[in-house]
Amino acid sequence: MKNYITVIGLEVHAELKTKTKAFCSCSTEFGAEPNTHVCPVCLGMPGALPVLNKRVVEFAIRAGLALNCDIQKFNKMDRKNYFYPDLAKNYQISQWDEPICLGGHIDIRVNGEKKRIGITRIHMEEDAGKLVHSGLTISTSDYSAVDYNRAGVPLIEIVSEPDMRSAAEARAYMEQLKAILEYTDVCDCKMQEGSLRCDANISVMPEGATEFGTRAEIKNLNSFRALERAIEYEVERQIEIVEDGGHVVQETRTWDDANGVTLSMRSKEEAHDYRYFPEPDLVPVNLDQAWIDEIKATLPELPSARKERLLAEDVPEDNADIIVASKKVADYFDAGTKATKNLKALSNWLIGDVAGFLNAEGIEIDNPEFRITPDHLGELVNLIDKGVLSSKLAKQVFAEMLKVNEAPEALVKKLGLEQVSDAGELGKLVDEVIAANPQSIADFKAGKKKALGFLVGQIMKATHGKANPGMVNKMLMEKLQ
Amino acid sequence: MKVTEKDVKYIAALSRLEISEAEMPKFTEQFNQILNYADILQKVDTTGIEPTFSILPLYNVLREDVPQEGVAHEDALKNAPAVHNDGFKVPRVIE
Ligand SMILES: [Zn+2]
Repeated sequence: MKNYITVIGLEVHAELKTKTKAFCSCSTEFGAEPNTHVCPVCLGMPGALPVLNKRVVEFAIRAGLALNCDIQKFNKMDRKNYFYPDLAKNYQISQWDEPICLGGHIDIRVNGEKKRIGITRIHMEEDAGKLVHSGLTISTSDYSAVDYNRAGVPLIEIVSEPDMRSAAEARAYMEQLKAILEYTDVCDCKMQEGSLRCDANISVMPEGATEFGTRAEIKNLNSFRALERAIEYEVERQIEIVEDGGHVVQETRTWDDANGVTLSMRSKEEAHDYRYFPEPDLVPVNLDQAWIDEIKATLPELPSARKERLLAEDVPEDNADIIVASKKVADYFDAGTKATKNLKALSNWLIGDVAGFLNAEGIEIDNPEFRITPDHLGELVNLIDKGVLSSKLAKQVFAEMLKVNEAPEALVKKLGLEQVSDAGELGKLVDEVIAANPQSIADFKAGKKKALGFLVGQIMKATHGKANPGMVNKMLMEKLQ
Repeated sequence: MKVTEKDVKYIAALSRLEISEAEMPKFTEQFNQILNYADILQKVDTTGIEPTFSILPLYNVLREDVPQEGVAHEDALKNAPAVHNDGFKVPRVIE
């Protein structure tokens, strides 16, 4: 078999966090009763006129600046024509040849290697309504019911260059993009709920080829895991076709998460003739440089800058990548740095025990069921650094902190876990253990280093793990030499 | 004739228009007349002229992001050919 190169580009739709829809004043609030956030504009009534929401333009500029794009001063909207009941007008208002942002990039890091992924363009458009099928699946339904509450909700579509070469790179790009959209506060970024959606264009070509292979577009990728699995499956499928002497068909496919396969969506083919033309109901927008500058001035610290700051504070790069990937986790970390100076240890707790608990519970760090405040986590780190707790005992205190919202210092007292660092007390124990284990002493003196570990273990046992292991080691060595 | 009956059928299908066989020659001819006129316009020298995207002398008509009541749920559904579970009932669409 030949070696193949995978070529991936992503098209990401992000719902903007505005209060109202893109072209009418209907609320965008999530979870309302069907067809209660509707008006003549988003229901496509004849004669109703759309008016562009200023905040949509602002958010698109904000996202574009954060993604290193050039903001285009001249903007117009276009009609993308298709018949599907999820849009009452039979066209979607979008941007075709004059998108608001061009030419940006995102820097990713996979297995320690940095790579820059290009962004072709970002354009503004409106979301469609929701079809609820009468049966379990679309093919067993006799009819569907349409809810137009989401119709007209503003989106930005972020189109990448075909720069990714593996599922891991695509995932890293998507994670970075999500983080940037979260930091800039333009999108909720809930992939499962559909406020951040991803389509992947995938093709394969034999190593050394100068032209990309025929691509398939994969839809319905609503988690990072689905994105990775779908790419891995699709790449294998396409290589198999090429190896068997066949040709990959250019088509839209959907990811079936339950069965782990991509399936052809044949009916989508004709729909690709969208006959775009300028939207006559909306006038062009000329962006003022002063407004763009104003938005630029209010951009928050972005994940890349935050990461640089953490690296300068001695946080290992792998930890920093995980922490800055979520704004909530990064904010928690920042709050914790007010309580401790040992940021490396703080970062280890955060991506280790804390992340472990959150993953097991399936909750986010700002969920009240996670009871440990950033201050308390910082104080726990300090107790270890001061020698009050061994790292083993600290885990016990941590487990208790997950149950009750109390300072670790108080919990150490309550649980009676203070580390014994009293030289007199430890010296007595060391003498006792030496006296009780002549064989081990002889072994140690004969060169068996393992015997020392046994003796330390005896002291830890006698103190229920509370003896300061560093001191015990040192004192034993002194007595035995 | 640049536009054939096949093109007209395709465009009619995209636009969900039903055109009878009897009407075909007429529509095909009209399509071509329109395109021929466009050909004449193409000959005008437009060097240095920006494309006209809008004929209105207006720019930057933008709205503040403030919610307003739309139409009542019951009124919205009055326009539905049929209603199911508070939604506009539509025939099954093959995806
Ligand atoms: Zn509306």
